[in-house]
Amino acid sequence: MERKSDKKTGFFATLQQSPSTDEFIKGLWRENAVFVQVLGMCPTLAVTNSATNAIAMGLATTFVLLMSNMLVSSLRNFIPKQVRIATYILIIATFVTVADYVIQAISLDVHKSLGAFIALIVVNCLILGRAEAFASKNTIGKSFLDGLGMGLGFTFALLCLGVVREILGSGTLFGIPFFPANFQEWVIMILPGGGFFTLAAWLLIFNWAKQRKKKVVQLDNKEIAA
Amino acid sequence: MNQTDLLQGQKPSNSIHMFRAMVGIGLLCALLIVVSYEYTLPVIKHNKAVALEKAVFQVIPGAVKRVTYKLTDQNTFEEMQGEPQKEQVVYAGYDANNQLAGIAVEASGQGFQDVLKLLYGYSPTDQKIIGFYVLESKETPGLGDKIEKDNDFLANFSGLDVLLSDDANALKNPVKSVKHGTKENPWEIDSITGATISSKAVGNIINNSISYWAPLLYKNISTFTGNQVSSLE
Repeated sequence: MERKSDKKTGFFATLQQSPSTDEFIKGLWRENAVFVQVLGMCPTLAVTNSATNAIAMGLATTFVLLMSNMLVSSLRNFIPKQVRIATYILIIATFVTVADYVIQAISLDVHKSLGAFIALIVVNCLILGRAEAFASKNTIGKSFLDGLGMGLGFTFALLCLGVVREILGSGTLFGIPFFPANFQEWVIMILPGGGFFTLAAWLLIFNWAKQRKKKVVQLDNKEIAA
Repeated sequence: MNQTDLLQGQKPSNSIHMFRAMVGIGLLCALLIVVSYEYTLPVIKHNKAVALEKAVFQVIPGAVKRVTYKLTDQNTFEEMQGEPQKEQVVYAGYDANNQLAGIAVEASGQGFQDVLKLLYGYSPTDQKIIGFYVLESKETPGLGDKIEKDNDFLANFSGLDVLLSDDANALKNPVKSVKHGTKENPWEIDSITGATISSKAVGNIINNSISYWAPLLYKNISTFTGNQVSSLE
């Protein structure tokens, strides 16, 4: 994804001095995979019915993204243009398989609740997107930071959805009761429909915040001009 | 690849490049998968065994030791070691005094969404089902998945009557799910309101499975109780 060198303001401006930290920071917020790029919707909607699932899915995706970014970046001069997509898919599929085994070894319960969605990380367009748009053109170090930032940003977004859906849908947070016992759960929130509602609400908040920021910048510019 | 390949014209070397990249990366990926598979396999096996053990002890109250038995072609049972492959197996649970506490049996069938996999405990001495645990389910959260946690529903399985008929070849009364609050006989399962299909599915799965297993297990009861004698010696 080509980054526009627009005017930076606010808290992140100070952090964005060095270009390498910027590669990391941009994925967390400004180019957040879910809230800004709207990529990887399948796991975002499907497995965020509890905060634990959301974190597990986010970390698994981060692992795959990180490893595939690094391998693609280190082999970028070796892979001919014509077969690059096939090679990227091969690399991504490999790390997804590895992640699948590792999750089974860490916890069978997590593996059971994520189910088929672990295998479906292969087709998460966020990962192929970063391989094609970033890792194939940049150094290993930068690709590492990019993958880490994007992955953690994705995890953060999944967690945002997971927390809301678990609290409202099951009345718990990380499995611990959140409301008094007589709370009536909103079952819809842990069903697929709840995923859409929650995502829509978060997107609304994010876009509102972005527009407000834009207005502030415009006002600043006017003041400078005046 | 040698030097001459690289010095040759662009066209032939291009396909060699492609070939080299695909095969090279393919091999690398295969190696990665094999290494991680070999490395995680013992841990995964251990995890699965622990999970099964936990489930078996849950459906057989009082059990502290598990022995796996497989069904032979002559419809008898024999003790087996290691992981079951294609054999039909049951898990006998023994209590602290090495007495047979019950036999855990896996059963599966169609649920509301997908295949339901259950484990239940059967006591051949009392001819009762003494425990129930859902191994795998994709029932609707909040409705169908109550079969895993609803206390009233689970109470059905702390003594569900599965008496055999006089010739010990079939059940006297088939296990069946009835509407919530209308349970009258000890072989009926009191369903959950709002999870009728899932409750019915559980009833059907258990009925199919127990009518197959109960006569077999009952006839071979000495195989299982025999173990406790040999273990005591």
